[in-house]
Amino acid sequence: MEMNQYMSIFIDESNDHLQSLNENMLRLEQQPEDISIVQVIFRSAHTLKGMSATMGFEDLAALTHDMENVLDLVRNSKLSMNGHIFDTLFKCLDALEAMVQDIINGGTGKGDVEELVQILKAIVKGDVEGKSSAKAKTAATASTVSAQLLLDQYQLSVISQSLESGHRAYYIEVSVREDCLLKAARAYMVFDVLERNGEVVKAFPSVQEIEQEQFDRGFSVYYITQAEEESLRDQISRVSEIDSVSLTAVDRESLAELTKSHEQANQIKSAKQETAAAEAPVIASSTVTSKESAPVRAAAATAPTSGNASPRTIRVDIERLDSLMNLFSELLIDRVRLEQLASEVRRNDLTETVEHMARVSADLQNIVLKLRMVPVESVFNRFPRMVRDLAKSLDKKVDLIVVGAETELDRTVIDEIGDPLVHLIRNAVDHGIESISERVKLGKSEVGTVHLRAYHSGNHVFIEIEEDGKGINRPKVLETAIKRGVVTAEEAKNLSDDEVNMLIFAAGFSTADKVSDISGRGVGLDVVKSKIASLGGHVAVTSKLGSGTKFSIQLPLTLSIIAAMLIKLGNEKYAFPLSSIVETGSIKRSDIRTLHGNRIIDYRQTIIPVVSLAHLVDSPAYNDEDETETEMLVIRKGDKLAAVLVEEFIGQSEIVLKPLGKYLAGNLGVVSGATILGDGQVALIVDPNALIK
Amino acid sequence: MAEELKVIVFTLAQEEYGIEVDKVRTIERMVPITRVPKTPAFVKGVINLRGIVIPVIDLRGRFGIDETEHTDSSRIIIVAANELEVGFIVDSANDVLDVMSDAIENPPEVLGGIKAKYISGVAKVGESRLLILLNLIEVLNRNEIIQLEQFGE
Repeated sequence: MEMNQYMSIFIDESNDHLQSLNENMLRLEQQPEDISIVQVIFRSAHTLKGMSATMGFEDLAALTHDMENVLDLVRNSKLSMNGHIFDTLFKCLDALEAMVQDIINGGTGKGDVEELVQILKAIVKGDVEGKSSAKAKTAATASTVSAQLLLDQYQLSVISQSLESGHRAYYIEVSVREDCLLKAARAYMVFDVLERNGEVVKAFPSVQEIEQEQFDRGFSVYYITQAEEESLRDQISRVSEIDSVSLTAVDRESLAELTKSHEQANQIKSAKQETAAAEAPVIASSTVTSKESAPVRAAAATAPTSGNASPRTIRVDIERLDSLMNLFSELLIDRVRLEQLASEVRRNDLTETVEHMARVSADLQNIVLKLRMVPVESVFNRFPRMVRDLAKSLDKKVDLIVVGAETELDRTVIDEIGDPLVHLIRNAVDHGIESISERVKLGKSEVGTVHLRAYHSGNHVFIEIEEDGKGINRPKVLETAIKRGVVTAEEAKNLSDDEVNMLIFAAGFSTADKVSDISGRGVGLDVVKSKIASLGGHVAVTSKLGSGTKFSIQLPLTLSIIAAMLIKLGNEKYAFPLSSIVETGSIKRSDIRTLHGNRIIDYRQTIIPVVSLAHLVDSPAYNDEDETETEMLVIRKGDKLAAVLVEEFIGQSEIVLKPLGKYLAGNLGVVSGATILGDGQVALIVDPNALIK
Repeated sequence: MAEELKVIVFTLAQEEYGIEVDKVRTIERMVPITRVPKTPAFVKGVINLRGIVIPVIDLRGRFGIDETEHTDSSRIIIVAANELEVGFIVDSANDVLDVMSDAIENPPEVLGGIKAKYISGVAKVGESRLLILLNLIEVLNRNEIIQLEQFGE
């Protein structure tokens, strides 16, 4: 089959599933008891397996298959998650990602998954503590028996009683041939044979699942019989399409082993693993309850949105969206023209049709405008995992708190901003946050915090990365800067703290005492700075020694939608970002007083300045001096307020921010950009920050 | 060998001007223009060109010729050069001509009241037709706008 046409779909969807796996694994690490998360993970893994197998990527399929087996046990409460399983699964995700990446780069998607598959298999067999890596497969039959499926108290006593009464008990593993078409039917025949000769105590997967063909190639049972091992083996092998049969006798000794493992399983469930930890001190570190070992806590705010059902989406080339947008704008202009003509022709049915078209196109406009906007979440969602891994490898404890992941940014900016953010966050965790012992010594909480925030402000989106680590050490920065020749000793004396902080963005600068593999090679921050500058934004850093550093990235909105209040001045229309408006109202001319030459009003017991928009924009058609009562907008910048006089409110509207064109770029005073109104006309957007001094 | 150059021909105060065709995006009829405050007088404002906001300048004003009321034949020529997109308001635009490069001469100091630096050459077309070719880079020189702004303050 020609697969190429499906390749891009496969790649896109694999990435989605890997992302979802990562996110949900992190969530699960926080809430190891939440089986619903396991279900989601299981489904993703399952889909991934199906897709890879269809596309012929066998290593991918093999690995996901074994992950699935582990997850299946968890989901059926036969196994509870612990640090070892989490680490293994995360390693699997990394391996999967590497393989998918290889496929993207035109490779075959092959990867050495054997080791991981073995570990996963060991987990399925009950080695939930990661012992197998140390002990290898020296364990005798008994331990194999003890594994695979855990018997409950009742089943154990059934077996032990049967043994006492002279029956034989076996642990039987049966596997059907790979090319077998009717697996369930073959399994049924095996069960038929078994039930004629004795009794099946327990089957794995359950008999029901086997009947529904919900097993891969093999199944295993605990079986009590009086028949001889040989004849049993013979009978089962005679069922056609059976690949292999293995019988292991269960005697008293292995039964004791089983009982023990049963107890152990209970202990794991109740998260008490002292026995296991004592038995294997080497792996003690991985047996801390998963809650403690989880170094990252995704912000509660992001958890519900990254919820269970993934949204249904299709992928569209961004250029098509652009041309859709432009075509739509043309349509709008024609609409206005039609409205005009209809009002001239004065035919009722024509007017009605045009009005209907106006409503439909208004809705259409909303949709078209929103298409290009993507929540920054699509960049942010990889960070919890990254911080978790970083923190683990650095032996630090770090909480990443994400705020404002729903903030929307133009797609083109989203695509570019990922790498700089990765750098800054790595930096925050590696250089910013101190080691646990250091933090304790300083009287800080053991767990460092990294805040990642995104929010809109006027014509910009701000992304901030703030940690509560050691802060920037001015003398040290200066010393290094002088040593590396970034500044001279003379210059250094006159630098302000902020200027010193900016030195860390200089090329070839690094203050890390030792070079780690995470950051500290002195490449990075200067790259970050130039990347952000190329996006038309800039980065600033503020820091307080001993209490942390904050990186603040300001990005322009090449295209973004904001809620705005449209107002009218004569025949001109202006838009105010709604985010800066506190209140709308009207004031009497006589209430405006003059204080030291500044016009002010009394607004809710505070004195606020009055600004005339008509005056600021040299309005040719409107002057508020002539009015006795004027409409006003109360706007806010930080904690400062001001009243802006306007002629008339048109109403609230979602508008698209558009740049005014490079020709006019520069100092435009109160105008921060433009927007195209529903009638195709351009309206200017007022920058409220410029109105408040 | 002489190369052929395609130019868009437009008129401004009875003179004929040319802009190389590959610098011209489109030619539009007059559309409503939104005034932008605090800009030089020749900057008429911005227009919506199929979803893109484009600044528009009156070429008469830019060259210091008296501005007149726009008429039915007035056009906005959208040019793109130097990473800038700007609309020029001209009296009319209705021709595309082929100009041989050897028919282009260096401009005299002042031509039709326009400073020489805005002109890249004068092309002779046919027997008596003269076409003034614009030096777009200079016409769109933003430094000059900034200077004008400072002068105005």
